[in-house]
Amino acid sequence: MIELWVNVFLVSLLVIITFYIMRLRRLIGIVALSGAYSLTAAAIFVNMDAVDVAFTEAAVGSGISTILFLAALRYLPVEEAHETRYPVWSLFLCGIVGLMLIIAAFALPEFGDPNAPAHLHVAPRYIEESYPLFHIPNVVTNVLASYRGFDTLGETVVVFTAGLGVIILLTGSTLSMRFKQSATSSDNQTAKFDEETRDA
Amino acid sequence: MRDNPVFKIVSKILFGPIIIYGLYVQFHGDYGPGGGFQAGVIVAAAFILYSMIYGLEEGRKLMPDWIIRSVMALGVLVFGGTGIASILFGANYLDYSPFAYKIYKAQHLGIIIVELGVGLTVFAVMLGLFNAFAGFKPHK
Repeated sequence: MIELWVNVFLVSLLVIITFYIMRLRRLIGIVALSGAYSLTAAAIFVNMDAVDVAFTEAAVGSGISTILFLAALRYLPVEEAHETRYPVWSLFLCGIVGLMLIIAAFALPEFGDPNAPAHLHVAPRYIEESYPLFHIPNVVTNVLASYRGFDTLGETVVVFTAGLGVIILLTGSTLSMRFKQSATSSDNQTAKFDEETRDA
Repeated sequence: MRDNPVFKIVSKILFGPIIIYGLYVQFHGDYGPGGGFQAGVIVAAAFILYSMIYGLEEGRKLMPDWIIRSVMALGVLVFGGTGIASILFGANYLDYSPFAYKIYKAQHLGIIIVELGVGLTVFAVMLGLFNAFAGFKPHK
């Protein structure tokens, strides 16, 4: 029972934070509030006994994302552009989609229902088999690294590719970009570069 | 703000414990909550804290860009290489069972190696992203 009220409190906190994010114009405040949003979401996950998810949300969502937003904020204006017109159709569309999501939420199985479809497929096998066979207390890690090793490999490659793409885009380590930078920084290097290209 | 001695001393005190906590999360992932993803982010946070307080140049001296880029690829290689090692031992790709005589020992070993790969990649990508954003110079 007390878990329910904790959840009600945390979800209403999420709603309040979302409301303030919409109202605020200062970008740094919005970044701070989105960090707070992630931390509250992490608290909800802890309350639902999904500690691993909560850990990830707290570390990635409220930690690193906030810092990356702050670092990106250096190239943005202090305040959000002021919107003067109010798009009625967008509000209408958002209202309809929200209503549909609420209706769909009633069809979801109750939280913790043992007969929910998600708990009947492969989950019983993981829970019953993994400890006697592998002696690993944390089933999440076991599923992640040994039952679903391919998925995790894919995730790692996705993280690697995404990071590589952003780093290449922002630091611009292509030959033409390097040439442009050296051309603006000093003529000496440009001459050297010209010599090298002529020789080649 | 950077010259404030409180930030400098607090970040110096926190740097070691954050990394130790990250390593705990990394290698304790099969007993408690945690694993490579979280540990990589935590260890990267220590280096980001250092860069934020002492400046990006000092941070780059501590962890140069070429190391970050190599570690990024190294993590994926460790993960993928584990799979290749399974094949060389005569099992399926990413099957850990031939790594030790007992199946649970083999699983423990395989999970620790694979999680290490994930941790290395996530750590390097997070730190690399921060350095790229913080050191970005807009072109004219």
